[in-house]
Amino acid sequence: MFVNTLIAKRHLLANKKQTLVAMLGVTFGIAMFILMISFMVGVNQFMEDTMLSSTPDIHIYNDIKTDYAVSITGDYYKDKNAVIVVHHPKPKQVTLNIKNAAGIINNLRQDPDIAYVSPLLSTQVFYNYGPVQINGYINGVNILDEAKIFDLASKMTQGVPQNLLSADKGIIMGRGLADKLNLNMGDMVTLTTPQGTTMSFRVVGLFAIGISTIDNTRSYVNLANVQQLMGQDRSYITDINLKLRTNKIARPKAIALGKKYSYKSDDWETANASVLAGNIVRDVLTYVVSITLLVVAGFGIYNIMNMTIQNKMKDIAILKAEGFAGKDIVQIFLSQSLFIGFFGAMMGEVLGFLLAYALSRVPFPHNDFIALKFFPVIFNPAHYIFGLAFGVVTPFIAGLMPSLKASRIDPVAILRG
Amino acid sequence: MSIALNAEKLNKHFNQPEDFHVLQDISFSVKKGEFVPIIGKSGSGKSTLLYLLSTLDTDYTGKITINDTLVTGKSQNDLARFRNQNIGFVFQFHFLLPEFTALENVMLPALKLGKHTRDEIETNAIAKLKQLQMDGFAQKLSGKLSGGQQQRVAIARALINDPAIIMADEPTGNLDSINTGLVFDIFKDLSHNKGITILTVTHDLDFAKGADRVIEMVDGRIV
Repeated sequence: MFVNTLIAKRHLLANKKQTLVAMLGVTFGIAMFILMISFMVGVNQFMEDTMLSSTPDIHIYNDIKTDYAVSITGDYYKDKNAVIVVHHPKPKQVTLNIKNAAGIINNLRQDPDIAYVSPLLSTQVFYNYGPVQINGYINGVNILDEAKIFDLASKMTQGVPQNLLSADKGIIMGRGLADKLNLNMGDMVTLTTPQGTTMSFRVVGLFAIGISTIDNTRSYVNLANVQQLMGQDRSYITDINLKLRTNKIARPKAIALGKKYSYKSDDWETANASVLAGNIVRDVLTYVVSITLLVVAGFGIYNIMNMTIQNKMKDIAILKAEGFAGKDIVQIFLSQSLFIGFFGAMMGEVLGFLLAYALSRVPFPHNDFIALKFFPVIFNPAHYIFGLAFGVVTPFIAGLMPSLKASRIDPVAILRG
Repeated sequence: MSIALNAEKLNKHFNQPEDFHVLQDISFSVKKGEFVPIIGKSGSGKSTLLYLLSTLDTDYTGKITINDTLVTGKSQNDLARFRNQNIGFVFQFHFLLPEFTALENVMLPALKLGKHTRDEIETNAIAKLKQLQMDGFAQKLSGKLSGGQQQRVAIARALINDPAIIMADEPTGNLDSINTGLVFDIFKDLSHNKGITILTVTHDLDFAKGADRVIEMVDGRIV
């Protein structure tokens, strides 16, 4: 074993340039893999963060019922055999609030899986500023609860969420909406509900989440103001947003809560299926490109090992005559291939880390609506372990065939010349 | 004297390009410490015979016994170990490993055998080189040595595991007359004073003259 390693080492050192070229093939493959996966996972993480900053882990609300299979018409006729057909049924006049909201909220606050609970009253409004009138909606919230769920403090471009508590009829407005209305801090804006009631608010903060459909339409005011605007009592709310201790359990939890309170309950994954599909596409792309690079590096090693063995035919023959068995020959050449793979991969990891780090320091093109200062890059040890494993497995496979070929060389044919 | 090597009814065919009966019913034996050249014209089968006896070529019928061990029918791995321990090789084109120094070339078969420590092997290898007056070149890369020097290193390598038999294929084929004489003296000394059996294929009739016994081959038969 020792003597085989010695021979392998000599072969590698005797042809340093060739060894280095083979190693560089693996190095670039692994470096690109590390760079791409660090960046792609960074992008995925950024997308998920952005998504989660506009979507609660679980959203409980009272959905408009569209199930018309059950009708009370039958009760009127009291005839069990009668076939009753109702043409064009329409939903009855309903208030879309959550009944016994205080009880449900109290109950949710006791749940150990749930970190924060934020009750919410949302309604469509017209924003009026002089003659300008824009359609949007407002969320009446307890701003401290809502800020915890969406980390609003970090999304504020002006003011702080707490301003809502100190101001009488304050409003925190999406930045895109404020720009359209030409509003600044301290300006007044008048809201009109679909029912025709109006109320004036003073701008006490601006936020930008990075999703234009939200930044161009949404504002936050105190819950009591919206209840007042809609002429409803203090217990009237339409939605409850939840933040879980870990969002991985959101789906089963949402189903359980939906059953428990018999309201519609959406988890963040269901609400953002298209964004998650994008993540999967990016992941697959990363692996396809990386594996392609490594396969190319593998062919490079295969070629070089084949060449080496072609050049070393005489040596192999003499080693066999001296008493080296087939498995010794395999060991000698396979260990060269593995050495190239291992050190190539190690260098690749270092290079990949440096490239990824450099990318993470490149400023992202400035944009008011995207909360990114630098390119998103994630440093995860698991990627490096995977890269190293792949960097060793590829050369192993690439080196195995030439090594087996070398072990089958017939020494007589070569020694006789 | 005891028998070092015994061959019994060896037959071999070449199938390519057409069937050719190279060795026909070859039987002979060699005693311990004998120096036996095998001579004959090109194509008489002398090299083929040597490679059969050396266990490198296993495609034959008949029986070969070396040092009271029947080698016919052993597995390739067993044969490799057997060669390592019992047979030393010297070839026409020296066949040293060019990436290694002369000393390391001599040490390799012993390192493979693994019977002794590295230090013991090194001491032993230097002694073998000294025996062939090559100790001054021990640390030189073997690729940098002249043909005669390389051949002497190759003989030292053949001796390192103290084999019972040395098999040589045209060991002087590539050497000038001075070096040929040197190799001849070394072989003679090894067989007569160290009791090592030497079997060598050669064209060189002068070389053959001084030997104990000559095996001459014509058309696949011993005459």
